[in-house]
Amino acid sequence: MMLFSRVIKEKIIVSVLAFCALLTVLTTIGILYVLLSEAFVFFTEVSIVDFLTDTQWTPLFADKHFGILPLLSGTFLTSLIAISVALPIGLTIAIYLNEYAHEQFKTVIKPILELLAAVPTVVYGFFALTVVTPFLQSFFPEMAGFNSLSAGFVMGIMIIPYVSSLSDDAISAVPISLRHGSLALGASRLQTAFRVIVPSAASGIIVSVLLAISRAVGETMIVAVAAGQQPRLTLNPLVPIETITTYIVQVSMGDVPQNSLEYRTIFAAGITLFVFTFILNNIGHWFNKKYHRKYE
Amino acid sequence: MAEKLKKAEGSFKIESKDVHLYYGDFHALKGINLSMLENTVTALIGPSGCGKSTYLRLLNRMNDLIPDIQIKGQVLIDGQDIYQLKSSEIDHLRRNVGMVFQKPNPFPKSIFENVAYGLRVNGITDKSFIENQVEKTLREAALWDEVKDKLKKSAFELSGGQQQRLCIARALAIEPSIILMDEPASALDPISTGKIEDLIFQLKKDFTIIIVTHNMQQAGRVSDFTGFFYLGELIEFDKTKKIFTNPSKQETENYITGRFG
Repeated sequence: MMLFSRVIKEKIIVSVLAFCALLTVLTTIGILYVLLSEAFVFFTEVSIVDFLTDTQWTPLFADKHFGILPLLSGTFLTSLIAISVALPIGLTIAIYLNEYAHEQFKTVIKPILELLAAVPTVVYGFFALTVVTPFLQSFFPEMAGFNSLSAGFVMGIMIIPYVSSLSDDAISAVPISLRHGSLALGASRLQTAFRVIVPSAASGIIVSVLLAISRAVGETMIVAVAAGQQPRLTLNPLVPIETITTYIVQVSMGDVPQNSLEYRTIFAAGITLFVFTFILNNIGHWFNKKYHRKYE
Repeated sequence: MAEKLKKAEGSFKIESKDVHLYYGDFHALKGINLSMLENTVTALIGPSGCGKSTYLRLLNRMNDLIPDIQIKGQVLIDGQDIYQLKSSEIDHLRRNVGMVFQKPNPFPKSIFENVAYGLRVNGITDKSFIENQVEKTLREAALWDEVKDKLKKSAFELSGGQQQRLCIARALAIEPSIILMDEPASALDPISTGKIEDLIFQLKKDFTIIIVTHNMQQAGRVSDFTGFFYLGELIEFDKTKKIFTNPSKQETENYITGRFG
């Protein structure tokens, strides 16, 4: 009797756990279904070739163009600026914390760093718009009030913890014996860090960068507030642009009627974004699996 | 006894005088007086935790990496007290005192780059010099014939024994005069161990070697002198033959005959 009730209890617990796991999978499938089906309807009206090659994105104007390239270039530009800020700073922090800093300092500083990722992104957006842009305008007087440089820069600050924390994990997984081996050959600590430790942790560092990029690509609020809403095919960081995410916000909050072509553009933009981050995440996983070296 | 040896066989390469070492409150080395002649092999034996590895790491200041450590006494190499060196001179000391670790620890680089690493970090850029030096030291480490066709391959593709010989070649490449070996064969199979021992015998011509080992037979086979450590003290130091046939201390005899440790 005891045994029987225990078996039942186990079964209930296992099925609850399985249901929770299933729920996340079902949610993903649901999102994919909505994205794909709406995007499919969109592509019956707009040719996929136009979508990928037209250099203008003006679905809300009288003269409609549905070229995704301006939005992609906006996303690409802001993400590129962000990672150019986050990679050097984040990696330097990770190396410093592991190879130089005192253990106590590390335990204090790491949670503070991770707070950067916890600041609401709308705060970052206004910081970019009202502090960084005026500051940068004193160097570049021709800079517009909305621009990708300050949005990208602030986004870079936000994703520093992604790079530093994951790189830090990768670096601290490098066995101490490699450090000793290098130091025993008369190498300095700096040489040891850059010639032995970073290459040994390369797979983890690359994964951290890919995840950070993926976060930057999906970031919405900062670019919506500070980068402008003008789809423009350009790599000039000083002028207003629009990213995929900003466009989706703009349309979702506007008065575009449901089930219209204009409304479906957000699903087309969404599926583009999804493909983008999906590829990045998969490259990350692939890298991790292929190059992750297990040390004893 | 030490004085007699000195007169008979030339000058000491390494001298330690009343060396004490503390890890926090733990007194790990208690007044070690130990001197080694040039171009000899000295084996350090003793049970785990007796201080022999700690003593070894004292000689290239690898103990400096451990926080909360305190060292007293003198350690002279070629007559200079290495604990009086400025911190900028420690890299230089480590170039002169090479080290081979217990487990093979090749860098995640090619076989060639592993050996060239020590040269590169010491500022050598002459390509042909580096190539010659890599070949020369791989030959010295008796590894050249096995790896000459795959120098660009990752060092991780080698077997454990080959990796350890690569680590020896890596240490030889920067031309130290002393080589410290911390149980270099403990992670290897008997055949690889035999190769490492042959190698030690060969290297004695050019280097002063100090080897920590748990393996009595190994100490007997490769070394000229043997020091027995126990509980942080150097119990006995003498010619290897004497230690293994007629030790003067009871503890030494108990240890080498396997009565404890």
